Amino acid sequence: MASERAATFQGPGPDAVWFENVKNGKFRIQKCNHCGKAFFYPRPLCVHCGSADWAWIDASGKGTVYSTSVVRQRPEDGPDYNIALIDLAEGPRMMSRVTGIAPPEVKIGMAVEAYIAPLDKEPLVLFKPAGRQ
Amino acid sequence: MAHPLRGAVAVVGIGLTPFGELPGRSHLEIMGEAIHNALADAGLKKDQVDGMFGSNFADTLGGVLYPEYFGLKNIKVIDSTNVGGSSFNNAMQEAAAALHLGLCDVALVAYGSNARTGTRRGGGPNFGRSFDAPYRPRQPVNSYALAAARHMHQYGTTKEHLAAVAVSARQWAQKNPRAFMRDPLTVADVLKSRPVVDPFNVRDCCLVTDGGAAIVVVRADRAKDFPNAPVYLLGVGSATTHNDISQMPDLTVTAVAQAAPRAYAMAGITPKDVDVIEVYDAFTINTILFLEDFGFCKKGEGGPFVAAGNIAPGGKHPLNTNGGGLSCVHPGMYGMFIMVEAVEQLRGVAGDRQVPGAEIALCNGNGGYLSSQVTLVFGTEATL
Repeated sequence: MASERAATFQGPGPDAVWFENVKNGKFRIQKCNHCGKAFFYPRPLCVHCGSADWAWIDASGKGTVYSTSVVRQRPEDGPDYNIALIDLAEGPRMMSRVTGIAPPEVKIGMAVEAYIAPLDKEPLVLFKPAGRQ
Repeated sequence: MAHPLRGAVAVVGIGLTPFGELPGRSHLEIMGEAIHNALADAGLKKDQVDGMFGSNFADTLGGVLYPEYFGLKNIKVIDSTNVGGSSFNNAMQEAAAALHLGLCDVALVAYGSNARTGTRRGGGPNFGRSFDAPYRPRQPVNSYALAAARHMHQYGTTKEHLAAVAVSARQWAQKNPRAFMRDPLTVADVLKSRPVVDPFNVRDCCLVTDGGAAIVVVRADRAKDFPNAPVYLLGVGSATTHNDISQMPDLTVTAVAQAAPRAYAMAGITPKDVDVIEVYDAFTINTILFLEDFGFCKKGEGGPFVAAGNIAPGGKHPLNTNGGGLSCVHPGMYGMFIMVEAVEQLRGVAGDRQVPGAEIALCNGNGGYLSSQVTLVFGTEATL
C-alpha cells in the first residue's frame, strides 16, 4: 500500500503559481522549510534535500552577474541583446537579460536588480544594473 | 580486480556516409547507408542484429521506428535514450552491459542526419520544460558562450586560445579527405569571422552538415571472428550535471570530471596512457574544458595548453584527428563520429592523419548544453 502522506502542495502546482505571481508583478521563489535553502525554477520537491515541505518567499531582487553573452543579430532581425546568468542573493541562479545598458557592457560580477516587464507578450523577470532608475 | 566490463565487448564494424551535403535524402536514408556499411564491414547480415541502439532529435520513438524501417526482425534489446549528442556514447555503456549479460549478441549503434540540406535545418532540438527559453538565448551556442565567458573571466582564457582549438581542428581536417572544411584557417581568420554570440565567432562553432555513422559491437569472446581487428571497450563513464545551462553548478567544470575518472578506473589507465583523443567539440570551449576535466592539464590552463600546439598534428596529445565537429562533420549529434574515428585510429587505417602506433583512444561525447558527458576508453588487442 502506498504511504498516505499529505499532498506536496495544495491547489495549483508551483509551476502555475510562479507564472501567476509574475503576471501580477511578484518575483517569488521557493524556500525549503527542511534544509533552509532557496530554489528556482519552481518544482514540487526541494532540489537540494528532496523535501516536499517548502514555502514561497519574496525574492529580494538583488543579484550578481555570473556569466554574460551578447546575441549578435542581423540588422533586419533587430538589435543585439544580452543573455546573462544571474546569481540571486538568495542562492539560486537564473537566466535573464540585463537591460538599460549596452549588451557588451554587462560584466561578470556586476550587481543587478530585478524588475518585471514583458519581453514579447509574456512578462518576465529581467534585470538592470543596481541603483539605476 | 578488473571491472567485468573491461574489454568485455569490441567494435567489429564501422560505417560512414559521405559528409557535407547529401541533398534530397532523409535522415533515415542516410542512417541506412551508415548501417549498410557497418554491417558489411563486420561481415554481418541485418537479421543477425539483435540489439538496436540509436536516437535522433527527429525521432520521438526511434526504438520502434528503426527496427521497422530497417527490417530488423530479431531485436531483443532496444535503447533510444536521448541525452543529446552523447546519446550514442551513452548507448555504449548500455550495449556493453546488455552484451555482457547475454541479453543480445550483436549490437548496432547508428545515426543519420540531413541537418544541412534537410527542411529541419537549424533551430535545434526541443529540450523540454525550460525557464531559460523565454529569454530567447540563441541555443545551443548561447549556453556554451556563457561557459566560455565564465572561463575567460575566471582563468584569463582568451579568444586567441579559443581560436587555437579551431585552428588545430582544421589542421587535422586538412589531412582527412572526408572532412567538410579543409581550407587553411588561422587564429586571425577565426577572430575576424562573423560574431554569433559573444565571445564566439562563427568559426568557434561546429559545422552543420549532413552525415551518418554506425558501429557494430559484439562480446569479446567472438570479436576475432570478423574481418577487421577488433577494437575493445576498456572503460566507460557517464554523468550529467544539468539540462538547462542556468542549472549547471559551475560553468567551468563539466561532468567529464565525474565521467572520466570512472572510465579510467574501469580501463585501468591514466591520461598518460592515452595515444589519441576524440571529443565532441561543439564549440571551441568544449575542448579546453574537457582537456582540463580529463586531467591533461590543470583547471584553467586549457587555453595555453591548446595554444602551445599540444593537440594539433605533431603535438603530444593528438585530438580530433578527423577534424572534429568544427571542421570535419557535425550533423547535430556528433557523438557517433568520435567513436568511428577512434576505431580507425586503433585499426591503424587513418591514412595521413594516423597517429603512429596508437593503442589507446580516449573519447568524450557531449550532450545538450554541456549537460551529458560520456567518457569512453578504447584499446587494441594489445591493451587487454
